[in-house]
Amino acid sequence: MIDVKMVRKKADRMRQLALEAIANAGSGHPGGSLSAADIVATLYFYKMRINPKQPTWPERDRFVLSKGHACPILYAALAEKGYITLQDLKSLRQTDSFLQGHPDMKHTSGIDMSTGSLGQGISAAVGMAYAAKMDKKDYRVYCLLGDGECEEGQVWEAVMSAAQFDLNNLVVIVDYNHLQIDGTNEEIMNITNVSDRFKASRWQVLSVDGHDIEQIGAALDEADRLTNGPVVIIANTIKGKGVSFMENKVDWHGKAPNSDELKQAIAELGGVL
Amino acid sequence: MEANRVAYGKALVEIGRANDNVVVLDADLGKATNSIRFKAEFPERYIDCGIAEQNMIGIAAGLAASGKIPFASTFSVFVSMRAVEQLRNSVCYPELNVKVVGTHAGIECGGDGATHQAIEDLAITRSIPKLSVLVPADHVATGKIVKLMAQHKGPMFMRVGRDANAALYDENEEFVLGGSKQLRAGTDITVMAIGSMVSKAVEAAKILAGEGIEVRVLDMYSIKPIDKEAIIRAAKETKGIVTVEDHNVIGGLGSAVSEVVTSFEPNVVKKIGIQDCFGRSGESKKLFALYGLTVENIVKTVKEIS
Repeated sequence: MIDVKMVRKKADRMRQLALEAIANAGSGHPGGSLSAADIVATLYFYKMRINPKQPTWPERDRFVLSKGHACPILYAALAEKGYITLQDLKSLRQTDSFLQGHPDMKHTSGIDMSTGSLGQGISAAVGMAYAAKMDKKDYRVYCLLGDGECEEGQVWEAVMSAAQFDLNNLVVIVDYNHLQIDGTNEEIMNITNVSDRFKASRWQVLSVDGHDIEQIGAALDEADRLTNGPVVIIANTIKGKGVSFMENKVDWHGKAPNSDELKQAIAELGGVL
Repeated sequence: MEANRVAYGKALVEIGRANDNVVVLDADLGKATNSIRFKAEFPERYIDCGIAEQNMIGIAAGLAASGKIPFASTFSVFVSMRAVEQLRNSVCYPELNVKVVGTHAGIECGGDGATHQAIEDLAITRSIPKLSVLVPADHVATGKIVKLMAQHKGPMFMRVGRDANAALYDENEEFVLGGSKQLRAGTDITVMAIGSMVSKAVEAAKILAGEGIEVRVLDMYSIKPIDKEAIIRAAKETKGIVTVEDHNVIGGLGSAVSEVVTSFEPNVVKKIGIQDCFGRSGESKKLFALYGLTVENIVKTVKEIS
């Protein structure tokens, strides 16, 4: 049974930690971190079979943040899980830190794949899921895609291949917040009927409110039961979710809050700076 | 005589027998690259990614992150250019144990024409941090280098051509990362060559010996890391260096050698290769003549600096 209250609390705590880290760094991506917060929290605090004491445990479930720029929220989850420390979070993007502006698997405990260049993480997730099949292991691979990221051709190469290889151990979640750097998806490059695109490629498609922990948890559980190939969960989200002045504002894709903005954001998220 | 790509396919089967973690990927060119030989013996460890090279390199990265030793092959033009950013960001940045093999490299690719002739692949791959770059000159070298790639941990790129090459080495020859092979001793001029140009260099050296010019011939099969010591020795001990490659004169062997020479032991480096232009369709032998990748041109160039 999912403990919705606990996961929600973790998600909001992660939001605060991510924003603090971004503010401290003076740069980063708050909008997409906040839209992904509830999804990442549900994966790390409900769904995934992982062990922070054994970050490279071969049987662990994998998580690939294909929209690597949202890493502050992943780093926050890793800190809350104990892979890294709260102190580490404060070093985000600093010259002497291992916490890079985009995930670096080589130097950060708990990161399963280095990502950042859009469209690439999903291919690596396909490779990981394929390896599990070859090794007859039952771990699952979760991959979080951005909606703007779906404009990359490589995403659709990967989608095609996951179906071809019958990877029913692969679950992709699309963080569908409708915004990208230059404007809305619809204005810039419409990924119209993204569900249908996956369906046409023989994926099993689920759809959830990406901020409803119960729905996200239920969809991830449902994905376990859908064994007829790969599964995609379209998570309908709000960019900047949880901070009133960031919600649905394209300008908050990639800029750090100043100290007053951070203070207000933390307060809205139920925290104290 | 056997094409290096054939030797590649055969070597894959051997390393596949020795190590269950070896996985082979191709992008619908398994018959041409010869990786299909691996499929015949290990179908469950062969992944045809279809005509989608970027995804292939990404899948290879995911396999390597899960403990596999993936060899991903296709024409060099596609793997070194279409999928170069995947190679850089998904493979080399995280230093994943992915082996990339580009075949049909250079104008030797022949009839397919400029679109399929990789003359920039060495320049591109050489400039990516953490990536080793190897170019075997014959089938023995290819087999040995494939084994070396399977044993060495980290991202590596091997470039081979399309045609059968003259045999240069016997089965006992060993190849190491960062090594080179001296195929002929000489104290006047050094000719450094790679791939199918090595046998031409040897031939040219024989002709030059008849004219009283003693040429040292080096097979620079390890483009990165490169055998600095051999280059410095050549720059010190001979009057000048001629590099020969089926690649653009910008960025490949000639550049790699020049970088060492200018830093450690200034000397003349003349570069024989594609003179910064695109290739065209034709028989490889005729194309080599057209673009100056010939024994005659090596002889002429050596004389210019002797």
